[in-house]
Amino acid sequence: MLIYIIRRLLVAIPTIALLVIAAFCMMHLAPGGPFTSERPLPPDVLANIEARYGLDQPLWKQLWDYFVNIVLHFDFGPSFVYKDRDVNDIIATGFPISLTYGSLAFLAATLVGVALGIAAAIRHNTWIDYFAVSLGIAAQALPNFIMGPILILTFTLWLGWLPGGGWNGGQWEYLIMPVIALSTSYMGSIARITRSSMLEVMNANFIRTARAKGLPQRSIIWRHAMKPTLLPVVSYLGPVFVYVLTGSVFVDLYFSTGGLGQAYVNSALTRDYAVLLGVTILYGALTVIVNLLTDLAYAWFDPKIRY
Amino acid sequence: MTRLTRLTLTTFLSAGLAAGAVAQETHPETGDTLAADQTFTYRILDNISSIDPQIVEDTDGSDVVRDLFEGLLNQDENGELVPGVATDWEVSDDKMTYTFHLRDDAKWSNGDPVTAGDFVYAWRRAADPATASPYQWFISLMSLENGDAVVAGDMAPEELGVEAIDDTTLEVRLTSPLPYFPQMVVHSTTFPSPQSVIEEHGSAWTNPANFVGNGAFVLTEMNPGESIVREKNDQYWDAENVILDKSVALIINDENVALTRYRAGELDMTDIPAGQFPRLRDEYGEEAHSFPKLCNYYYTFNLSDSGPEAFKDPKVRRALALAVDRDIIVNNVMAGGQPPAYVFTPEATAGFEAPETELASMTQSERDERARELLAEAGYGEDNPLTFDMVYNTSEAHQKVAVVLSQMWKQKLGVQAQLSNMEWKVFLEERGNQNFEMARGAWCGDYNEASSFLDLLQSDSGYNDGKYSNPEYDQLLEDALTADDTTPLYTRAEEILAEDMPVIPLYHYAGVYMIDESLKNFPVNNIQFNWYSKDLYKAAE
Repeated sequence: MLIYIIRRLLVAIPTIALLVIAAFCMMHLAPGGPFTSERPLPPDVLANIEARYGLDQPLWKQLWDYFVNIVLHFDFGPSFVYKDRDVNDIIATGFPISLTYGSLAFLAATLVGVALGIAAAIRHNTWIDYFAVSLGIAAQALPNFIMGPILILTFTLWLGWLPGGGWNGGQWEYLIMPVIALSTSYMGSIARITRSSMLEVMNANFIRTARAKGLPQRSIIWRHAMKPTLLPVVSYLGPVFVYVLTGSVFVDLYFSTGGLGQAYVNSALTRDYAVLLGVTILYGALTVIVNLLTDLAYAWFDPKIRY
Repeated sequence: MTRLTRLTLTTFLSAGLAAGAVAQETHPETGDTLAADQTFTYRILDNISSIDPQIVEDTDGSDVVRDLFEGLLNQDENGELVPGVATDWEVSDDKMTYTFHLRDDAKWSNGDPVTAGDFVYAWRRAADPATASPYQWFISLMSLENGDAVVAGDMAPEELGVEAIDDTTLEVRLTSPLPYFPQMVVHSTTFPSPQSVIEEHGSAWTNPANFVGNGAFVLTEMNPGESIVREKNDQYWDAENVILDKSVALIINDENVALTRYRAGELDMTDIPAGQFPRLRDEYGEEAHSFPKLCNYYYTFNLSDSGPEAFKDPKVRRALALAVDRDIIVNNVMAGGQPPAYVFTPEATAGFEAPETELASMTQSERDERARELLAEAGYGEDNPLTFDMVYNTSEAHQKVAVVLSQMWKQKLGVQAQLSNMEWKVFLEERGNQNFEMARGAWCGDYNEASSFLDLLQSDSGYNDGKYSNPEYDQLLEDALTADDTTPLYTRAEEILAEDMPVIPLYHYAGVYMIDESLKNFPVNNIQFNWYSKDLYKAAE
């Protein structure tokens, strides 16, 4: 098992390096650069600025210097657009914010989604089932860019209960709307997957055996049905976890949270090469780690899987 | 006594009279009762580029920098020059040497005095290639002695034509007598910067913890993607007349969210999204503002070798310009009180008089008639229809304008215009390399003078993406650099543009904002939109 983990982590290094090279090439293929502006800079001025950021070097040299700085100094370089800041600083301020509301949204989506799904499956074809299914479909049909405006109109403008945006060090009033907006559609999917998985498991032979043995319903569900039910849910949750951290661009833009998603999208639009690469590496590493955790979780949920 | 010294005197006098009144919580001049909470909160689109005066390049950033630092001169609510750190100035007879007299009570926020040497340091810093300022070109534009050579790295920054005669006297030497030079020292690139702090902290000097400025406010919080907070600076020489305690910029990317938050009372000021001005005017009355801005919006023809043959004929260009009904664009598409543009330079620009041109003086049906005649003379008609591509940068508002344009040309002239949009950086790159037939353009004046616009169409201008070239036009602008009265020269230049029509002016921008009634003194008449938090206050509702 330990050897398996080490091997997976070692494979991750060339994977991320390839990712960086691909991102670097795509970035330089896109027309325009960080200093392309409405008023074209005079050649002298442009040359001064490019020299300052090392953009006058050949591309392979730029890429090489970039790797060397990361490996030796853990320095991801300066931002070309926000000149008071460097990439380390942008990630250090933005990532904890994305991580906070992303994790909370992930927890909320998982807990509520799984609970709804199980309730619906156990009380199959009762009003609880219909209610849970309708709620799940409604939640899934409301992606965050629809939820955002609805939430702000309701809680900020009409009721006046919550601030319409900002972060303020992560106080709870500022967290509620981003978490709800981000979690609802995932919650709907999780509820749907849990419900159908549980229905299938409850009809399996080993459950029938448990029933025949006279085990109480509670014990059947918690001890025997739960783990196999959650197996497909877990495989869905892995990518979702990366999504809620990386796919939160909308939340950042809409609720002015200051998270990393906004910095990422802006860096692509403004050709802020260093920020784009830095955040790409972070997201790549995150994906590798979460995938590994998901695979390890499989082994716990399904005794048939062994590494 | 110059006009400015008189102004200074009156300012001091009224300041002296006013000092007692502030304590009673009424405004010294207007008598308004002041609100207990003197916090001004407004919306900006995105993070600002920097708060370093020599580095900052965006307008939202410059607004912040104008609060944190004070230059030689400021602007008042009408855009007129008023004293800043300098109380007055003298110009030599050849208009090439300016001597600024600095007030002796100006201080940095750490208590150090602001001296002429701080300006010398800042100007050299802006010109120094090592600083790599994107506004380095502004030093060239100011025509400072040796400016170009320093920018190019051929001379040391110490050779720049700026010198501290003593702590309160700054001498500036120019290479040509720029009539609008005093206007240029209102720009943030010319603001002083604190040498000792920059040398101690390096690029980290802009962190709120290290920050030192000489403006009416100091930086207290910088939350990327969220907010920028500045608070009153007690060391500011005129602090007793600054009423606001706090000025807060909230970064809100979506203008509709910003409007909702304005309606919920979280903002004192926000932008009105395109097309919503009439509705908000009905609903909120005086809170919805529209005022002219020093910016234009136009389409440019590609007149270079890579451009289409048809556009080389001025008749075609004039026909297309005539057939556009600008009233429809400003009233039905933008709907924000934008003035229609019949000339390139915004008519509100100081010292500019628009010429009487056929485009401006005709009714729309006369224009359409004339357009059809011109296009027929150029040899285009039903059997030989004119077709071309037009490109704009991706945006909903630009798309609407482009669609309306192409429809007008199609219906009135039978012209087929193919629309395409490009992402901003791609657009700039393609337009800059003349890979287009007709492209959208827009420009905001760097200073309130017609040359800030007309220079763009000079043959050697870096921004002349359509590669328009007319020797007479170039000569007029050359002459204007040294002329005493530039107005007739600029008017003539616009006449040439009306004949050649290298660009199609469509409208001039308007600032369209919701401004809460409690916020007072916002300079809606300053066409450059240079505002200072120190001049604002909140009245009790």
